[in-house]
Amino acid sequence: MYAFDYKKAASLEDAQQAFESADDGTFMAGGMTLIPTLKQRLASPTDVIDLDGIDDLRGITVDSDSVTIGAMTCHADVAASADVKKAISALAHLASLIGDPQVRNRGTIGGSIANNDPAADYPGALVGLGATVHTTKKTVSADDFFTGMFETALEEGELVTKVSFPIPEKAAYQKFPNPASRYAVVGAFVAKTKDGIRVAITGAGATVFRVPEMETALTGSFTADAIADIAVPADELNSDLHATAGYRAHLIGVMAKRAVADCG
Amino acid sequence: MQISVTINGKLESGDVEPRTLLVEFIRYQLGLTGTHVGCDTSQCGACTIHMNGKSVKACTLLAAQADGQDIQTIEGVAPAEGPLHPMQEAFRDNHGLQCGFCTPGMIMSALAMVERYKGEDLDEQTIREELEGNLCRCTGYHGIVKAISAGAKAMQGGA
Ligand SMILES: Cc1cc2nc3c(=O)[nH]c(=O)nc-3n(C[C@H](O)[C@H](O)[C@H](O)COP(=O)(O)OP(=O)(O)OC[C@H]3O[C@@H](n4cnc5c(N)ncnc54)[C@H](O)[C@@H]3O)c2cc1C
Ligand code: FES
Ligand code: FES
Repeated sequence: MYAFDYKKAASLEDAQQAFESADDGTFMAGGMTLIPTLKQRLASPTDVIDLDGIDDLRGITVDSDSVTIGAMTCHADVAASADVKKAISALAHLASLIGDPQVRNRGTIGGSIANNDPAADYPGALVGLGATVHTTKKTVSADDFFTGMFETALEEGELVTKVSFPIPEKAAYQKFPNPASRYAVVGAFVAKTKDGIRVAITGAGATVFRVPEMETALTGSFTADAIADIAVPADELNSDLHATAGYRAHLIGVMAKRAVADCG
Repeated sequence: MQISVTINGKLESGDVEPRTLLVEFIRYQLGLTGTHVGCDTSQCGACTIHMNGKSVKACTLLAAQADGQDIQTIEGVAPAEGPLHPMQEAFRDNHGLQCGFCTPGMIMSALAMVERYKGEDLDEQTIREELEGNLCRCTGYHGIVKAISAGAKAMQGGA
């Protein structure tokens, strides 16, 4: 690791001020991606600004039509929340599948979506449920938030503050995990919401995407059979040492069908 | 920078660089070498400790992040001279280790899992899933899973 200055922010204003006065500052949530990145010297910020002391960024609130999760809420808290399990069990289930217990105790929803790893789970839930991302500068729909591989609609110095998820009629998440890291080789999030059916795929492409053909077919008949013949072309999918694009294309069909069946 | 951390019930202070890892502070500055570094890449769990009662990987935390927090390492599980903790005893009885390199991390994960599943059934499948963040290169895990199951029962027995 290259040397840097460390600052623990006490409030959002404090964090933003620290960012502005730094030459090349970076925010840190749980450090689950940032610290490995620093160790590999893939980043060399002058200042690391720790968000851990900002209590306003933590917590889960549930009302009659939405679940709202603060950016610094860790995966373990979402997975264990009785309120989340009751309102959107697929979301708690998704959080329980991320990495391992130690990672879930530190990794946060804000850090996960700001990083937008193509194999991350949360982007699937955000797009699958049609969530809204709240930042220090704007309110943006999940469809517009994830813009490319490790790219989001966040600007320099902009912080995710919370994410709100509309409560669906039904939803389910199925992932084919990488056996070593547990990151998604392919993950399918399917939801029946009051604005229609949504099918979001993570892990397979540069960033999370929807499958409109499946959404249309499921609107006609909400059964796994209805999407059995829909193939997503492999051309734009990821190929790496974990899986070829062709294999990922196949897995999309399998995981999406399982998710539909799992919706019950 | 100056930090102070409660380690195994005792307040410890030290001067660290912002980039000092928590595991480096624990091993090299405090001399508590029971916490191991297996991979240094967040994968193996040999460095697992408890921070405020939660299992975390000390190779993926800065010492600065632990300032003011409550840490427990393997050394804090049982008194140095006294009897072993029931979970440690269970690892000994059930062939839960061979070389022993992964064991401190395994025990810290096991204790966190018992705490998390208090009052629920800690069955074999659950134990295996909960060990996702801990690698062992020797045992093939069967002994470890048996040990955790036995250790959990011994702990509930009020031992
Ligand atoms: C061994 C291992 C296994 C994993 N397995 C999975 C898996 O199966 N599925 C999965 O989805 N993920 C997985 N992860 C990732 C994990 O879920 C973390 O959520 C992710 O690494 C982000 O970590 P963090 O929240 O600690 O953010 P950090 O590492 O602290 O930050 C990540 C990036 O986000 C920025 N950032 C953080 N918070 C904010 C904010 N509020 N606003 C704006 N920017 C912010 C930081 O500046 C940094 O660039 C795994 C990680 C590890 C180490
Ligand atoms: S040394 Fe920390 S996870 Fe391997
Ligand atoms: S006993 Fe040798 S690594 Fe587990």
